[in-house]
Amino acid sequence: MSEWERLDRFLRTDPRDVGCDEAMAVLHIYVDLAAAGEDAAGRYPGVAAHLAACGPCAEDFAGLLAAVASD
Amino acid sequence: MRHVIRYRTPSPRPMPQWRQVGAGSVASVELAGPTERELDAESADWLRRLSAGAGALRQQAERELHARLVRIALAEVNRRSATTPVTGPELTDVAHQAADDAMLAILAKLADFRGESRFITWAYRFVILEVSSKLGRHYWRNPPVTLDAAQWERLPDRLGIDPEEHAASAGILAEVRRVVEDELTAHQRRVFVAVVVDGIPLDAVAARLGLQRNAIYKVIFDARRKIRRALVANGYLEDVGLERR
Repeated sequence: MSEWERLDRFLRTDPRDVGCDEAMAVLHIYVDLAAAGEDAAGRYPGVAAHLAACGPCAEDFAGLLAAVASD
Repeated sequence: MRHVIRYRTPSPRPMPQWRQVGAGSVASVELAGPTERELDAESADWLRRLSAGAGALRQQAERELHARLVRIALAEVNRRSATTPVTGPELTDVAHQAADDAMLAILAKLADFRGESRFITWAYRFVILEVSSKLGRHYWRNPPVTLDAAQWERLPDRLGIDPEEHAASAGILAEVRRVVEDELTAHQRRVFVAVVVDGIPLDAVAARLGLQRNAIYKVIFDARRKIRRALVANGYLEDVGLERR
């Protein structure tokens, strides 16, 4: 990815973005879908948009997915 | 007899004004319509044992759950160890504190579990979020960067721009700084500088300012929109996509 694309990605906001509270409220549901290979992003596009833009929430998603996978 | 618990997925909640599409910010989770199905056997077993009276069955379930929370918390702090200044025994302490606090929260909110996911996924969410929150607070015990450091010279790195590579880069960087200094409120400016310019973890900024993560994210979200709008207005970016000049 070029530096221009990185900047654009950082500045561009997605109107579907649900924010941290909403995303974290359904994170367990989203992770179960993702872990099962289902289309979590398709079912919750607003959560997917948020996880693509919010580093801390994306970390929580990655952590919970890893936790579930470790069982 | 098989233990069967039925649940319904939650209905969409009212949306705050700032989250409404078209109001300039984030949307709302669109949950599927109400459905009803049986809880999986493992989740039902956890609920049955954790809801049993104050006896050996419940105590054993609590010990098992706590042990799993500790294991998950330790794995999580280890996974994040490269991105936090918290190290060594303090990191281990964070994991144990996170597991303990998650355990209390899970038991207190057991009745809130609606079976929208597996029980253990729901439970692990508590400990992952506790780890995040605690690492944010512990950042300030030995912070590599202080609040209000305003390291503007690091902005090119933060935005992934190399001023030596493109003639327009210096103009973009200057415009970003102008918008931050002239168009953001003092609070917005402080948050943006801390998170984007100084690279302080968002959760650490939230902890320091006594705010929720979402409040900090909202500030950054609005700042990104303002900056992009300014860059478009000045011809650095196109309204759709990014154009080099």
